[in-house]
Amino acid sequence: MSARATTSAFDEFDDVSLRLSTKLASFLRTLRDNGLAVGLAEGQDAAALMAAGYAARPPLLRSAFKHLFSARKSDWDKFDGLFDAFWLGKRVRARSGVTGSARAASNPSLKGLQDAQSERAGGHSATDEAPSSDDEPQERGGEGRMEGASRAENLAEVDFRKLANPEAIEQAHAAAARLAKAMRTRLTRRDLLRRRGERLDLRRTIHRNISHGGVPIALVKRRRKHKPLRLVILLDASGSMSMYTAVFLRFIHGVLDEFREAEAFLFHTRLAYVSDAMKEKDAARALDRLSIMAQGAGGGTKIGESLQTFNRWHAARVIHSRTCVMIVSDGYETGDADLLGREMAALAKRCRRIAWLNPMMAWDGYAPEAKGIKAALPFVDLYAPANTLSSLAALEPYLTRM
Amino acid sequence: MQNRDEIAQALAACGYIADGELATALALMQMLRRPLLLEGEAGVGKTEVAKALACVHTAELIRLQCYEGLDQSAALYEWNYQRQLLAIEAHRGHADAIEDQIFSEKYLLERPLLAAIRRAQPPVLLIDEIDRADDEFEAFLLELLSDFQVSIPELGTINASTIPHVVLTSNGTRELSDALRRRCLYHYVDYPDVDREARIILAKVDGADASLALQIARMVESIRKEELRKMPGVAETLDWAAALVGLDVRDMHDAPDVVHETLMCLLKTHEDRARFKPEVTARLLGRVA
Repeated sequence: MSARATTSAFDEFDDVSLRLSTKLASFLRTLRDNGLAVGLAEGQDAAALMAAGYAARPPLLRSAFKHLFSARKSDWDKFDGLFDAFWLGKRVRARSGVTGSARAASNPSLKGLQDAQSERAGGHSATDEAPSSDDEPQERGGEGRMEGASRAENLAEVDFRKLANPEAIEQAHAAAARLAKAMRTRLTRRDLLRRRGERLDLRRTIHRNISHGGVPIALVKRRRKHKPLRLVILLDASGSMSMYTAVFLRFIHGVLDEFREAEAFLFHTRLAYVSDAMKEKDAARALDRLSIMAQGAGGGTKIGESLQTFNRWHAARVIHSRTCVMIVSDGYETGDADLLGREMAALAKRCRRIAWLNPMMAWDGYAPEAKGIKAALPFVDLYAPANTLSSLAALEPYLTRM
Repeated sequence: MQNRDEIAQALAACGYIADGELATALALMQMLRRPLLLEGEAGVGKTEVAKALACVHTAELIRLQCYEGLDQSAALYEWNYQRQLLAIEAHRGHADAIEDQIFSEKYLLERPLLAAIRRAQPPVLLIDEIDRADDEFEAFLLELLSDFQVSIPELGTINASTIPHVVLTSNGTRELSDALRRRCLYHYVDYPDVDREARIILAKVDGADASLALQIARMVESIRKEELRKMPGVAETLDWAAALVGLDVRDMHDAPDVVHETLMCLLKTHEDRARFKPEVTARLLGRVA
C-alpha cells in the first residue's frame, strides 16, 4: 500500500543510495507479507538507521531491525529467519515462512472457497441479510431486537441434528446469530441500571461549590464504571459433535461480534485459537475459515489435553476475574479422564463461572456416564442442554446474574 | 551515549549483565526516541532493565505501577483537596480570588507521568505491567507518548521540558493494542542462558564462587525444563543462591539434602513442590557436572 510512499520518504536521506532504499522497501513488503505491522514511521526510522552506519554490520542491523519491526513474541521469533533469507540469501528451515510463499500457495484455494461460498449464499441472501439490516436502526432500542426473533419461533424447539433441509439450517444459523446479538444488548442495559456508585468526586465537588464560598453543599458523586463481562468459549469440534458444530460456530461468531470482550477456541485432539478467524465480518467467510480449522485429525476428543494447553498458554491472557468460560462438548473424553478433572480444577480457580453445555443432555435416556463428564462435573457451575435455540436463549438469565 | 558498545560497557559497569541485543535496543531508544516495550515471563528481570538504564544515563527512575482501574488522578496529577478546602476557609468572602488561587501550581500534586515530563534532566520512566491497566488508560498513554504534553483543564497545556526515556513492561496478561506496539521498540526478555545466569549470581550474591554459581545456573536451567506450573525466575535463582551460600554449601553434590530442602526458594506452588520428590532432585543433580 505505502511502498511507493515509503520509497519517496527515503529519498530525503541523501547518503542512502537509491538501490539500497529500493531493497529496503521490498524488505518492508516482505515483512508485511509475513504479517508484521510495519508502517511509514518504521520505514523512515529504518532508513535513518541504515544511514547511521548500521548497514555496514549485518548482525547489528538485524538486531536493530528486529527491535524496530517486531511488535510481539511471534514476530520476534521469526524475524531472524526472515532477515537472513532476505538480506543474506540464506535458506531458513521452514521455507514456507519466507516471502509470503505460504500465502501465495494457499491463496487460490481460499479464493476458491470464497467464490463457492458466495455462489451458495446467493440463493439465501434474503434470509441471511434482511434481519441484520432491520436491526441496525434499533441499535439503542433493545426491545425491537426481541421481536425480531419471532421468525425463528417455529424452529426454537427443534433439535439441531434434526434440521435437514438447507433452508431450515440457514434459518437456524441466522436465529443463532440474532440471539447472540440480543444477549449482548440486554446484558449491557441491565448492567448499567444496576450499578450506582456512591463515591464522592472531590475535584468536581470543589469546582461546583466555589460560587458559594467553597462550602460543599452540592456533592458530586462518582458512579462505578461499567465493566463488560468477558466470555470465553471452548467448542468441541470432534466427530461426535459434528451435528451441532455448525450452529454453534454461527452462534459464537455472533457473540464475538457483539461482546467487546469475547474469545473463542476450538478443540478436538488439540486446541486452536479461533477468535481472529471469527472476527471476520462476513459470517460465511468466517465459517469457511473455521470449518477448515475445525477438521479434526479424525478420532477422539482430548478434552483434558486441550484444557491443559488452554490453561498453560492462553488462560493468563484471556481470563480475568469477570470471565465466564463456556465449554460446549458432549464430554466423550478419549484421553485421560483424570487429567481432565485436574485441569478443570485449575480452570475453576481462575475464572468466575464455568458453564458446560452438552447437547446430548436432552436426548432421551441420557445420563452423564461418560468418564470425562463425570470428572468435570464437580467444577461446573451450570450444566445445561444446548440442543435447541430456546435452550440457548435460556442461558441468558444465567449470564446476566454474573 | 549514542554508541551501542559504550552502552554495553556502561551496563556492565552498572552491574547489569545484559545479553547482546539489549544494548542495541537501548542505543536505538536513544537514537530514534521511541519507547521500549519489554515482554517476557514474570521474573526474567524486565524491571531491572529500567533500573540499569537509569544507572547508565545517571538519571532518576520514575516508576508507574499499573493496575486494573488505574486512572488519571493516580497516574498523571491530582489536586490537593485538603489544602484547597483549607484555603477556601481562610479566604472566606473573597470568592473571586479563590478560584485563581486554588487552581494554581501550588495545589497541584504531581503523579509519575506528569513528573516525568517536567524534570530538568530527562528521567527514565518505567511503566510497569502495562497489561494490567485497562484499554482506556492504554489509549491515553499512547497519546501522551506521542505528544509529550498534558492538558489540565484548570491550568492549561503543559509541555514536556524534557523527553523521558520510556520503558514499558508487560507480562502478557492482556493483549496490548497494535497501536501501542507499533509506537514502541520491542524486546523479548528470555530466561538467561547458563553462562549469563551464573554471571548474574556472581555479581549479585556475595560469597558465591564461580563453580557453585555455575552449578546453580545449570540446575536451575534443568528445573525450568521440567513441566512446571510456575517457572522460577532470576530473582528466585538469586534467593536460592543466597540460601545455599548462607547454609555454607560449597558443592551441591556434597549436600543433596540441603539442595532438595532449599528448593522451596524456586518452586512456589504446592503442585510443583509435590512433584519434586528427592529422586527427581537427585536425577537433576546427577546431570549437573
